[in-house]
Amino acid sequence: MQGSIALQRTADVQYVLRIGDTALVLAQRLAEWCGHAPVLEEDIALANMALDLVGQARALLTRAGQLEGLCGGQALDEDQLAFLRDERDYLNATLAELPRGDFAFTTLRNLFAATWFKLLWERLCESTDADLAATAGKAVKEARYHQQHAADWVVRLADGTEESRARTEAALDALWRYTPELFDDDAVDAAAQMSGLGPRRSALREAWRADVAAVFTEAGLLLPKDAAFRSTGMRGVHSEHMGFVLAEMQHLQRSFPGGVW
Amino acid sequence: MNLASPAIGLPVSERVAAAWRVLGTVPDPEVPAVSVRDLGIVRDVIDHDDVLEIVLTPTYSGCPATEVIEQDVLAAIDTAGLGPARVTLRRAPAWTTDWISAEGRRNMLAYGIVPPGPALAEGTHPIRFFGRAAKRLACPRCGSTHTEQLSAFGSTACKSTWRCLACKEPFEHFKAI
Repeated sequence: MQGSIALQRTADVQYVLRIGDTALVLAQRLAEWCGHAPVLEEDIALANMALDLVGQARALLTRAGQLEGLCGGQALDEDQLAFLRDERDYLNATLAELPRGDFAFTTLRNLFAATWFKLLWERLCESTDADLAATAGKAVKEARYHQQHAADWVVRLADGTEESRARTEAALDALWRYTPELFDDDAVDAAAQMSGLGPRRSALREAWRADVAAVFTEAGLLLPKDAAFRSTGMRGVHSEHMGFVLAEMQHLQRSFPGGVW
Repeated sequence: MNLASPAIGLPVSERVAAAWRVLGTVPDPEVPAVSVRDLGIVRDVIDHDDVLEIVLTPTYSGCPATEVIEQDVLAAIDTAGLGPARVTLRRAPAWTTDWISAEGRRNMLAYGIVPPGPALAEGTHPIRFFGRAAKRLACPRCGSTHTEQLSAFGSTACKSTWRCLACKEPFEHFKAI
């Protein structure tokens, strides 16, 4: 078995990994739909969105690996970071790792995630890190399209049949408690704002709520109240589902170190 | 500069001009009716005397064709005797469908894919979730505008899927981005 790598956890590396890991783990969850979506068009749509997210994650993990080297650690490549990190060193939002659920759950999560990514990429276009800004310039266009697509479907489902409405409400009830984590600041955000690497997460909160509220108004859904519960994936403390995601994603590289095709 | 290129004994500009011509014959692997030059992903060709540098800008973050395009470009330059060459990727500014040439758009339409409209407008206006004016595309086969979108995505990340309600044929649309 291939041993795990450890990171120094500098603020810049954590900041980039939080975004990159969220994209990567969400892509893994979306890819699980391949061959299982309710209609062929959405099967293709989910796989295409997963592909965009993998592409964004590759750029971000590559940059994080370079930054790790620049911060005095060992420089790492995208594959080492994706396949050889343990759960506690993964910094994705818990929202991304939750099991894919039904189509309503996946669609609503896509709306929450794509809205967050869109607002974040818009700000990262101005990053003092030229590499991150270049990634953002491309990714923002993709996130806009993902958000639009998810919004269309949330309205269709919430304003559809009794069954689709009930499933959308159940999905909202299950997902909402994982959204505050997307906007909770800590020292990593403060450092990123100071250096110009990127915005604090809290700076995205109001615009995110406004976008989601616009969709919910059309869909006839109400924004729920925030609960006291806080998920902690971005600090490396994950839900019970994360280990299974990594087991599937990392198995090949762990069992056949350095394997390529 | 009017230095002779040691590799092929031609003035630098000739070598670069020849490379651009060759790149106009390299098909995009996913939309083979359009060359990589007409698709607008070749951003620069630089003659470093010994090595010819081809600068490419990828279309989508996760486009699986990027590596194939690199190989195809290098093989074509090599076959034309313009090598040695190397490919570098330039990610900023991000590729936009506005860079697709007029010839590329004509070839795309003849191939059955409706080319993209201006991308600039899509990027600068805030997203309107609802009450969007329905997009009307003309069918690439019969020309009718009595068409509808079937899916926001298609056989590749860069396309959406449509059908013509007049001639009943499905067709693809290259999304403006």
